[in-house]
Amino acid sequence: MRILVIEDEPETAAYLKKALGESGHAADHAGDGETGFAMASEGIYDALIVDRMLPKRDGLSVIAALREQEILTPVLILSALGDVDDRVKGLRAGGDDYLPKPYAFSELLARIEALARRTSPDETQTRYVVGDLVLDRLKREVTRADESIPLQPREFRLLEYLMRHAGQVVTRTMLLEHVWDYHFDPQTNVIDVHISRLRGKIDKNFDKPLLHTVRGAGYAIRDGRG
Amino acid sequence: MSFLPKLFRTTTFRLSVLYLVLFGAAAAVAIAYIYWNTSGLITRQLDGVIQAEIQGLAEQYRSGGMVQLTKTIAERSQAPGDSLYLVTDRNGRYIAGNLTAISPDLWNTVGQIEFVYGRKSGKDTQNRLALANVFRLRDGFRLIVGRDIEDRRAFERVILSAVLWGLGLMGIIGLGGGLLVSRNLLARIDEVTATSQTIMAGDLSERISVTGVDDELDRLSESLNVMLDRIEQLMTGLREVSDNIAHDLKTPLNRLRNRVEDALRAESSAAAYRDVLERTIEEADDLIKTFNALLSIARLEAGTTEAARDEIDLAVLVQDAAELYEPLAEESGTKLETRLIQQAQIAGDRQLLGQALANLIDNAIKYGRGRGKERADPIVIGLHKSGEAFEITVADHGPGIAPKDRKRVLERFVRLETSRSRPGSGLGLSLAAAVARLHGGEIRLQNNKPGLGVVISLPASRAGKTAKALLER
Repeated sequence: MRILVIEDEPETAAYLKKALGESGHAADHAGDGETGFAMASEGIYDALIVDRMLPKRDGLSVIAALREQEILTPVLILSALGDVDDRVKGLRAGGDDYLPKPYAFSELLARIEALARRTSPDETQTRYVVGDLVLDRLKREVTRADESIPLQPREFRLLEYLMRHAGQVVTRTMLLEHVWDYHFDPQTNVIDVHISRLRGKIDKNFDKPLLHTVRGAGYAIRDGRG
Repeated sequence: MSFLPKLFRTTTFRLSVLYLVLFGAAAAVAIAYIYWNTSGLITRQLDGVIQAEIQGLAEQYRSGGMVQLTKTIAERSQAPGDSLYLVTDRNGRYIAGNLTAISPDLWNTVGQIEFVYGRKSGKDTQNRLALANVFRLRDGFRLIVGRDIEDRRAFERVILSAVLWGLGLMGIIGLGGGLLVSRNLLARIDEVTATSQTIMAGDLSERISVTGVDDELDRLSESLNVMLDRIEQLMTGLREVSDNIAHDLKTPLNRLRNRVEDALRAESSAAAYRDVLERTIEEADDLIKTFNALLSIARLEAGTTEAARDEIDLAVLVQDAAELYEPLAEESGTKLETRLIQQAQIAGDRQLLGQALANLIDNAIKYGRGRGKERADPIVIGLHKSGEAFEITVADHGPGIAPKDRKRVLERFVRLETSRSRPGSGLGLSLAAAVARLHGGEIRLQNNKPGLGVVISLPASRAGKTAKALLER
């Protein structure tokens, strides 16, 4: 993927460029809002990472201006302001996701990859398939090797989110946000227990595990290594 | 020296001067009106008397000629009164009348005229004012018929001096009163100023004194004092936060630093370095969490976070939270049991309330276990209506909290000795309490016999604004 990082702090920018490069993405860097806007308005990027506070032009106004020009590249906003209302402001300005500083790079990577994938057409898909695991969104039914697996509603939504992002890393915070709609850090890692329950239902009686733990990052559902 | 100018610059004094000027002008206009009317009336009356006199003399002159006229005038001049007469021949020589010592210019005018004449009283000659008509008769005879109007002049003088004295006294009393009132007011204002200067200098415990008269200044002082209470509260909170940061953030930071330093000093394998780095990241993440929680509490307590006011159903909120924690509870060897009423609508922030509730459930799972019990009794999460408030209760069967510690444990970073060995920042309850307060509610800890019951009480319909709720707490 080609990613544009609009960030004024040179060290952070260099770190992001390097880390994104190591994860197999090509990253460009703009040091202020004006340059960032000019580069992003070419429309050649798969995703934008935008810092909220930028010299020359504020991050939110850059996003708003891009959206006005109908450049719909997915945007991840980075901000030192972590309040719920700051988040709402960011999303209202046209951002697609919001990540408060300080963040873990694995979190940023998972989110930016999920964002870039979001533009692809599988959003409207009614059936997700990973190996022999099938989730039917219309019938609200899950089968593995043609065997029906009964799931609680929340477990179904958890699996649905994981399978929509099949092959990608999904972090605990992303799950908490999208499956439970909670935008805060619970004191204990409640998600792990939910995952292990789900795992018990979809993986336990089968030879090949599909739901993997990605160390230091989160979870991914995938067939084999892919 | 600076006292007087300051006194003159007070609003009260300026207002009294303004009123004084306005009132003085009104009084002057009223007196002038009365004067002109009265004076006009007197003049008209005098004129009438003179005209009647002239009429009478004219009849005498017509019937008896000059001789008769002179005789009549001589007679009338003897009678006491204010009437004045003078008849002279063509050379101005006196023939009859009681008017003497007049200016010779008088003869050059004809018609009505006001003039000064001398009247003999004893040895002295008094100058008095007269109003008279001057006529020229046949054969060069001249006649003056008039009236003494010195009394009218005296009346004018009395009015004038009354006006001057009145206005003068009014001015003096008004200015004096204004100064007195201003000085009293200024003294009270100065007191407020002095108090605020003390406060500005750093002593936040100082308060403005209230006289108890319950006037507008008292009310102002009272609301200033309430404001000061709030400021002091916030400042104390801020100081607590910085103390807390100093203690509970620096300690783990130091631990983290020590570990890294230690790893650098010892020659270790790549795997050992990796292990240290991973643990460092973990600790950094914990620090960030603590830091975020602290910031959230500070913002909530300062009332700067504008809580969303969505219509939310507390029953759904409780169910969601219970559902999130249910697997964790089961893994910890306990269960969550919900006892809910249907439909508990309030205007509130789902995220904040959700977080508060999550913290309580988290605590109950962590600490709410009976000692030595393999399988704990279920944690009961209840929702019911009590009066005008909805109450969410999270009740466990653990060791509970002694009554003396119940208030303290709501403060930041306070962790009871019993819980020190387990992970946690000591911020969960404080955050929950701050969220409850932001929604105009409160948190209570009670005995669950045995165990701890935490109650979040939220007003069913949030009355008034958040700031008001904060002020009243």
